[in-house]
Amino acid sequence: MARAPLPAGSAPGASAPDRLSLVFGALADPIRRDVVTRLAAGDATVGELAEPYEVSVQAVSKHVRVLEAAGLVTKTPHAQRRWVHLEAEVLDLATGWLERYRRRAEERYRRLDAVLAEMDDEPRARRPPPGRAQGGRA
Amino acid sequence: MTTTHFAEAVIEADPSVPVIRITRDFGATPEQVMRAHLDPELFARWVGPDGMDTRILHWDVRDGGSWRYVAGRDGTDHGFRGCFHQVTDTRIVQTFTYEGMPDDVALETLWVEDLGGGATRLHAQSLVDSFASRDAWLASGMEVGVHEGYAKLDALLTARG
Repeated sequence: MARAPLPAGSAPGASAPDRLSLVFGALADPIRRDVVTRLAAGDATVGELAEPYEVSVQAVSKHVRVLEAAGLVTKTPHAQRRWVHLEAEVLDLATGWLERYRRRAEERYRRLDAVLAEMDDEPRARRPPPGRAQGGRA
Repeated sequence: MTTTHFAEAVIEADPSVPVIRITRDFGATPEQVMRAHLDPELFARWVGPDGMDTRILHWDVRDGGSWRYVAGRDGTDHGFRGCFHQVTDTRIVQTFTYEGMPDDVALETLWVEDLGGGATRLHAQSLVDSFASRDAWLASGMEVGVHEGYAKLDALLTARG
């Protein structure tokens, strides 16, 4: 529950927080998340990556550049083609943070599930809701 | 209870603003989900974390009201406080501060969406004051702290460069 100390002023590199945000930003797009998932199965060329999508190869190439800037993928020339390679360690680090946070939220909401289930058994008039009647919109 | 899109909590870190968003579906009415957030006795039963005893010390649910609670384990207490900026039937807007870091204030917006059939989608959004602060939030409670995380990320990125 207690937060880690803020890295402000003592971060190992001034650009480090921005780098992590680059990773989060790169993963915020559904096509880029899909590309990352597919690269987990093995390296691929941009052309191969673009095949299943309706968007152009250029658009997919742009997505790959965003992933590259975030450190999530690298490009390696081999046999006259450029192979896109997933940097799994960078991915694991960022998704590990998100997943841990998500899991703590999920644990909290499972406790809320239990409380809500018990509320079903209580008389509904135990305590009136504030303001307007149920179903009102803010 | 047929909608299961967010049967487990889904989290999103916005790339353009330092916001964390969580979405989660519940098999309860919007009124019940709101009451579980606003009734101090109910809230203390689930806010957790597991193994922590939550004591509500102050709870004044109204626009401009405030709240404070303490979560304790093994004699160590952590205090949290904030203000209810706005409370409606379907929405809570409040500030949130961990008293161990009193200068760090998050703006939290929580709203419920009626899915019908006794199901509710809860949206919880937390806006913090910097990306660094958000990253610290996300890394909180990790065995690898934010400093170690950055150091490792830097090492990984420079090693390949």
